[in-house]
Amino acid sequence: MFSYCADPSTLDTFRWLTCYLTTGVHMSFYKSFLLVLALLAVTAPVALSFGFLGAMSARSPMKPVSWLGKGYIAIVRGVPDIAFFLFFVIALDQSFELIKHNIVCPDWTDPIRQGNDFLVCPQAKVPLGTSPEYVHQLYGFLLAVITFAIVFGAFAANVLYGGMQAVPRAQLETAEAYGMTRRQTFWRVLVPQMWVYALPGLSNLWMVLIKATPLLFLLGIEDIVYWARELGGTKTSKFSAYPHPDWRMWYFLFLLIFYLSFTKVSEVVLERVMRRLNKGQATSGGEAMRKEASA
Amino acid sequence: MKKLILSTAALALTAGFAMADTVRMGTEGAYPPYNFINDAGNLDGFEIVLGNELCKRASLTCEWVKNDWDSIIPNLVSGNYDTIIAGMSITDERDEVIDFTQNYIPPADSAYVATSADADVAGGVVAAQTATIQAGYIAESGAALIEFATPEETVAAVRNGEADAVFADKDYLAPLVDESGGELVWAGADVPLGGGVGMGLRESDGELKAKFNAAIDSMKADGTLNALIIEWFGENAATY
Repeated sequence: MFSYCADPSTLDTFRWLTCYLTTGVHMSFYKSFLLVLALLAVTAPVALSFGFLGAMSARSPMKPVSWLGKGYIAIVRGVPDIAFFLFFVIALDQSFELIKHNIVCPDWTDPIRQGNDFLVCPQAKVPLGTSPEYVHQLYGFLLAVITFAIVFGAFAANVLYGGMQAVPRAQLETAEAYGMTRRQTFWRVLVPQMWVYALPGLSNLWMVLIKATPLLFLLGIEDIVYWARELGGTKTSKFSAYPHPDWRMWYFLFLLIFYLSFTKVSEVVLERVMRRLNKGQATSGGEAMRKEASA
Repeated sequence: MKKLILSTAALALTAGFAMADTVRMGTEGAYPPYNFINDAGNLDGFEIVLGNELCKRASLTCEWVKNDWDSIIPNLVSGNYDTIIAGMSITDERDEVIDFTQNYIPPADSAYVATSADADVAGGVVAAQTATIQAGYIAESGAALIEFATPEETVAAVRNGEADAVFADKDYLAPLVDESGGELVWAGADVPLGGGVGMGLRESDGELKAKFNAAIDSMKADGTLNALIIEWFGENAATY
């Protein structure tokens, strides 16, 4: 990166470090932070909407819909994350390919399963074998978002379901007395008020989601933990201009700081959101705010 | 108009089939000198140079994919890439699940490394990478085996005293021993293991296997393979 970096072995410590920390491989490390942040930014709203749909269907008066919602919550919450991540992604990927295979190659006669091999016609590969690498990576990212969203959506569904049940019955009765339909009651009275009950649970989930990002490597995405392990590993002078012993401790220390500051910032933000939601609510938090204002 | 768009899409798709010769090559990227990530962040190593040369000789377009060692075979059979070229020794157990080309590195020695030359490699605690022939060998040797997901961790286990010795490919350990300043030394006798290193392919991929076998033949015949082995593994490496 800098002009003096041509021969790192001759540099003093400070300059050596500036060169070392700007190598191409470190740039990949920095980029992986953006990747993790992007994943969180995309996954959180998607998971929340999965959760909302799950909670809505679990509350549905129609039995089959309610079973569907409750089944989703029960199954996904009950399966260990790591098993889900290892099994589900391969299954999801293969089912995409199988569906596409049946559409684009109806005349294919070879069996799709040959021993251990899973073989669809080359045109049905998702993404196509000829696609550039970035398409493959984007697809991997998409699979990751879907998997994370399904897992965390189930937890969010349970939290939102609880939030909906916690809204005082009197509120809903009043709405009915005003002649609101079921739908109007749901959207105008129940949903705006449930957030204050759901937020503590949702903020827990957000924290867990932040910490779950290292599971990304199971999905073949090179996340920050992968790069920290790779960069911190012993480098010998034969294969690197920056030989160093096992430095994984320092890299992991950096990750520790990153995760701690990220969760701290989240805490502060969530605290503010909670204050705002409590405003004018018949909860002890809302009550405290009223006293504060009148005092 | 709709028809026009559809046929353009169909055309674009068929154009894709015509160049379906892209072969995706799976590797680990954590096992120098076989394959590793260099300072610039790109894949590098003996197998990367070899793989590119083989693809050139077989007139294939190749693209590299990184995958961790644990799931490298499952991802091959489910079609996420088409070959494994990751220092994988040819063994009977693996041959039941996938196919191998002929070897491109002759059977080489595995070795023990410890903090002292008289470490108990026969009855002590020995570290090895999960799902390698070395791990299989230790499990049957009578020593207590501890497994790690990456080669880096196996060596770290010896440095911090968790294991008495590490057992791995000698070519991987050699630069680490040379530069440890006397902290790491060879222990016990070298053990010849496996049927050499070959390229892994799906069992149903006979055509691709034939192409790579022919390319390896041509590199063995004109001496370029030997030159490449000596360049990456040193003068004393076993050649053809």
